[in-house]
Amino acid sequence: MAKGVFIVAEQRDGAFRKISYELASTARKLADELGDEVGAILLGSGVEGIAGELGKYGVDKVFVVDDAAMEPYTTDAFAAAVAKIVKENDPAILLFGATAQGKDLSARLAGKLATGLATDCTELKIADGKMVAVRPMYAGKCFGEVVTSSFPQMASIRPNVFPAVENAKAGAVTKVDAGVDPAQLKTKVVEVQKDTSGKIDLTEANIIVSGGRGMGGPEGYAILEELANILGATVGASRAAVDSGWRPQTDQVGQTGKVVSPNLYVACGISGAIQHLAGMSSSKYIVAVNKDPEAPIFSKADYGLVDDLYKIVPELAKECKKLLG
Amino acid sequence: MPEEQSVMRSIPEGGHVNIVACVKQVPDTEAQIKVKPDGSGIDESGIKWVMNPYDEFGVEEALKYKEKFGGDVTIVSFGPGRAMESIRTALAMGADKGIHIDDPAYDGADAYATASVLAAAIKGIPYDVIFCGQRAIDDDSGQVAAILAELLDIPQLTVVTKAESDGKTVKVVRPVEGASFVIEAALPAVITAQKGLNEPRYASLPGIMKAKKKPVDVKKVADLGVALESKAKVVKMVPPPARPPGKIISGDEPAAKAAELAKLLREEAKVI
Repeated sequence: MAKGVFIVAEQRDGAFRKISYELASTARKLADELGDEVGAILLGSGVEGIAGELGKYGVDKVFVVDDAAMEPYTTDAFAAAVAKIVKENDPAILLFGATAQGKDLSARLAGKLATGLATDCTELKIADGKMVAVRPMYAGKCFGEVVTSSFPQMASIRPNVFPAVENAKAGAVTKVDAGVDPAQLKTKVVEVQKDTSGKIDLTEANIIVSGGRGMGGPEGYAILEELANILGATVGASRAAVDSGWRPQTDQVGQTGKVVSPNLYVACGISGAIQHLAGMSSSKYIVAVNKDPEAPIFSKADYGLVDDLYKIVPELAKECKKLLG
Repeated sequence: MPEEQSVMRSIPEGGHVNIVACVKQVPDTEAQIKVKPDGSGIDESGIKWVMNPYDEFGVEEALKYKEKFGGDVTIVSFGPGRAMESIRTALAMGADKGIHIDDPAYDGADAYATASVLAAAIKGIPYDVIFCGQRAIDDDSGQVAAILAELLDIPQLTVVTKAESDGKTVKVVRPVEGASFVIEAALPAVITAQKGLNEPRYASLPGIMKAKKKPVDVKKVADLGVALESKAKVVKMVPPPARPPGKIISGDEPAAKAAELAKLLREEAKVI
């Protein structure tokens, strides 16, 4: 009988990404309710040394595949390795991060393991011994509760939503040979182009400063960049701004862009089209700056300023600079 | 589990490429979504239905491949009767034919079941490359294309903004957090389209006229000889949690208002 709550941890360049600790803590909570153990799967090259760190966040056992074939990430190498570990250990629950890698991998495994997967979840709970996964649908216009009838019950969790909580457990490391032959892999990563801007991705940002049609053009974003620098924030944009060519597509927040859940979302010159509201209304705090008092964005805002953003934003930057030293 | 590989794999000499694009019909992005009082689903009344925006990028890329290599584009959709509108839209854009699996079993089919149906339909035709949207904007699940690739035992290249091909291999650009991966694979493969891959064309009036005469094969799930097995079930739907009413910071001086906001963010919300 399937038993245990497993996670697929994520590392980059030999360091765990924050989502790994969020996964470990989430798994710990579910496992405690079920009276089960937490297992982690760690894949990479030269990663055995960091494996034990997961113990700090509640992981009992870590299964490590430390193999050159696991670097960089490819769907087939990772899916084969995870499938092997799952078949040998038969976990009841298997969790992933809803990151670029986690989404690609978990979906392939849903096919390979012929099981159910709830993606991009914002809450996981246990009812009658089964996992109930709560996830936004229609970009957050409504939520669905998903139950999986097969094993492992799989879910991916949205970054930044589940807390990482220290809770020391053994973190005992077991090395696994995944038996993956690099020559058999069907895809080949020929280049990794690193973004050297140091910008945190919108889906992982704690604070987002976003601009819409009210920016009036691409130049206006300089004041948002300045505020973002002071706050350690990432700059986002509405669909109108992206479609006007003011900002790159990767900056788009909304139903056809990124769905985000930062601690603070500052919407400047964004009226609040329903597809935009869907993509950001799960932010913890929302600030709206807009000249139009009737703009729908104010219905979602915790703090609203009806004013010209070109007057407010530079002043806000000054004030924040003062407060943050 | 991967099933037996299709025999219709190799790309014929002369560059003819068999292109498939999967489409789903979804509520328009401006649609208000209301959950039925019993939580069993959404209230579909008054909804304007459109082709999933990410699938449009997939169809456009399919048409670009056709223009480059020759060959034809088959549109495949599993959905209720209205899904035919999205198939016709793709045909009006320039696709050649369609397969519509029009079956009430669509209701409640999860990603695994949906992918099984698409895989069964696609196994019956020649295919060298399959385009899908990176996710559908209704259930936002983003799994069907990957499961389809697994069931066909071919590579998946997901969420791509570039997909160059020589007709035998493909090289894609896949943005991830803080980097872009450039990935190569031999065809056949499943490629999922991200915004930025291309700019979908509009259907022309002659295109719309021609689309009416293009063949669409309408099938039932039973015709495909596949058993529908949903693994995950949405047991309940709920509206999003209501947000508490906000505070409007008023005053005449922008500087004073900005100072008040900064203070609230620091002391009340504690987010900066």
